[in-house]
Amino acid sequence: MQDLAFFPPTKARTHEVCGAGAYMFAFTLAAQLADPVIWVREGWDTRQVNPTGFLDFISPSALTICNTEDQTETLAVAEEALRSGAVSLVVLQLNKPIGLTEGRRLQLAARDGQTTGLAIIPEGMGSNAAETRWRCAPVFDPKDSTLQMWELIKNKSGTLGVWHARWDAASRRLFMVSPAGK
Amino acid sequence: MLDGMQRRVVSLWFPRLASDRVLRQRPIDGPFVLTLKQRNANRIYCLNTDAARQGLRLGMPYADARAFCPDLQSHKAKPEQDQRFLSMLRRWATRYCPWVGQEDNDGLVMDITGAAHLFGGEEAMLNDMRTRLLRAGLSVQVGCADTRGAAWALAHYAEGIAPNGAALTALKSLPVAALRIEDSMSVALQRLGLRHIGDLAQAPRAPLSRRFGPDLLLRLDQALEAQPEAITPQAEPPHYAVRLTLPDPIGLVTDVMAGAERLLVQLCKKLKMQEMGVRKLCMTLRRVDQGYQQVELRLARALRDPQRILSLFERRLAEVDAGFGIDQLRLEATQVESVPVQQICHVTDGDKNSLEDLISRLGTRVGLENIQRFLPAESHIPERSFIIAAAAYSEPSDAWIRANLRPITLFPPEPIAGSGARPPERFRWRRIPLTTGRATGPERIAPEWWLDDENWRSGLRDYWQVETTQGRRLWLFYTPQNPGWFVQGEFA
Repeated sequence: MQDLAFFPPTKARTHEVCGAGAYMFAFTLAAQLADPVIWVREGWDTRQVNPTGFLDFISPSALTICNTEDQTETLAVAEEALRSGAVSLVVLQLNKPIGLTEGRRLQLAARDGQTTGLAIIPEGMGSNAAETRWRCAPVFDPKDSTLQMWELIKNKSGTLGVWHARWDAASRRLFMVSPAGK
Repeated sequence: MLDGMQRRVVSLWFPRLASDRVLRQRPIDGPFVLTLKQRNANRIYCLNTDAARQGLRLGMPYADARAFCPDLQSHKAKPEQDQRFLSMLRRWATRYCPWVGQEDNDGLVMDITGAAHLFGGEEAMLNDMRTRLLRAGLSVQVGCADTRGAAWALAHYAEGIAPNGAALTALKSLPVAALRIEDSMSVALQRLGLRHIGDLAQAPRAPLSRRFGPDLLLRLDQALEAQPEAITPQAEPPHYAVRLTLPDPIGLVTDVMAGAERLLVQLCKKLKMQEMGVRKLCMTLRRVDQGYQQVELRLARALRDPQRILSLFERRLAEVDAGFGIDQLRLEATQVESVPVQQICHVTDGDKNSLEDLISRLGTRVGLENIQRFLPAESHIPERSFIIAAAAYSEPSDAWIRANLRPITLFPPEPIAGSGARPPERFRWRRIPLTTGRATGPERIAPEWWLDDENWRSGLRDYWQVETTQGRRLWLFYTPQNPGWFVQGEFA
């Protein structure tokens, strides 16, 4: 039943995730990779991650937040962090679509630093340079309150797929199964 | 004391230090005073000889002084600059002997034991001091005696040299105030008829100490060498700056980096000796056309490892415009912190170091205070249950307490339509129509009355975890004292 061939996505590449469950996807990925994580966001954004909320995924001390002024700075910071290899995951929040050049530069930086990059993007604003793109949405389930639907909507080196993902806080494990009837 | 060698002390008193300092920079003819706001009035802080001749004195209100002397010129006094000037004089005075200390705010005291013969005797040495200071535009009074107290008395009340072992003869006719005692004490002594130090030395000691306490006799004994008194020489504060001047200008980045490496090695050696680490560095590159450029580097942690700092400098140095070439590099540690030596252990902290280097490097781009980390805080208020601190100036902490389930993201409360204490069946949030599938709660959180928080003016909050049939899991709250529903966060 377990289907973890697709997750975590390829190391040393940059991936994209969109949808309402993107934050959980990012933290699940952070929990799967080792410490430290750097999270690049624009300073004006009033929506912030809550350390007492993601305690079940990673320890807040492993997370470093970087506030930037605009998207250009976000990309520059992310590129530098990816290339340095000092962190295991770089999460960057984007608000505007990025061009092929920027996307490609992120890929090259990720490859040089052997670091995984994850861009949280608005729906439908993906870049062609991304290795994989995921759409994550929470699903209502009368019995469970962490259930999510993860769709792999772009994959440069493999097939697409849909899974039901559930995070078990006690064992810190991800359960990922194909939805019934698919 | 040194065997067979009598201790000799020189005291220098600069009666007009502050005004001399200002007049050295900009000479002014005629009466001149420095004023400082003291005891609620602008008063004379220091004055030159012309002004003193006109009848002005220290502590006189400036308005009165203007009335006495209409052509009076004045400046604002800057006591901290005077102190800096005095410490420069102290450094200069080490040309006579190595043991120089400061005396009050306007004097120096030097232990010249065994140094006088290098200048041709005490007389010649004192004359040399006087001439040099006079040439520099400073008025000075010099006293030389066996003890610090006697030298001070001579410098302030009767310039000259007290021969070896003849302190009492030299001080006999000086007023009692020359013993460095309080004004009230010297007035009281004069009322008793003890006007001169000679009178005091002959008076019986027991009644004196009963009446004036031990201080008076201590001062007398110190002046007459019955009690020792130390001179504290001040150590040079360590100076964390190095420079490199080149015979031919350079322009290539690799050359500048090589120069920077040499400077860093020197600087780090200095830092290591003092067990310090640098937090902020400033590199000044002087070009052949006399222009200069400065490159500043702020580090995420105090460091003294030249290789690590050098790699952080690389990006900034590459941006420098060399023009026709650079012929001087100067590197200064503008902010240092104490970094004690640490035991090297087999558990590597390489990851931590590389993360700190990354933070320094990103800090040069976005500012170090924009790189933050979360620290735990003791509060039930969701937005105050953590602190956001600059990563460079805080240590990570793992003292997190897992209370109730909390949302993964927080945002400022957004109102939704709803009434009653139970979550609404249907509501619209961000223009999305949502239906409540399951609601867990309430969890009541009361505002912290000891902190006045505008966002919590609406009173108590009942928090609900609402799972909508559309999938989204939201954190809603109801304010019973001020009925209304709000969304504040979203769960994973």
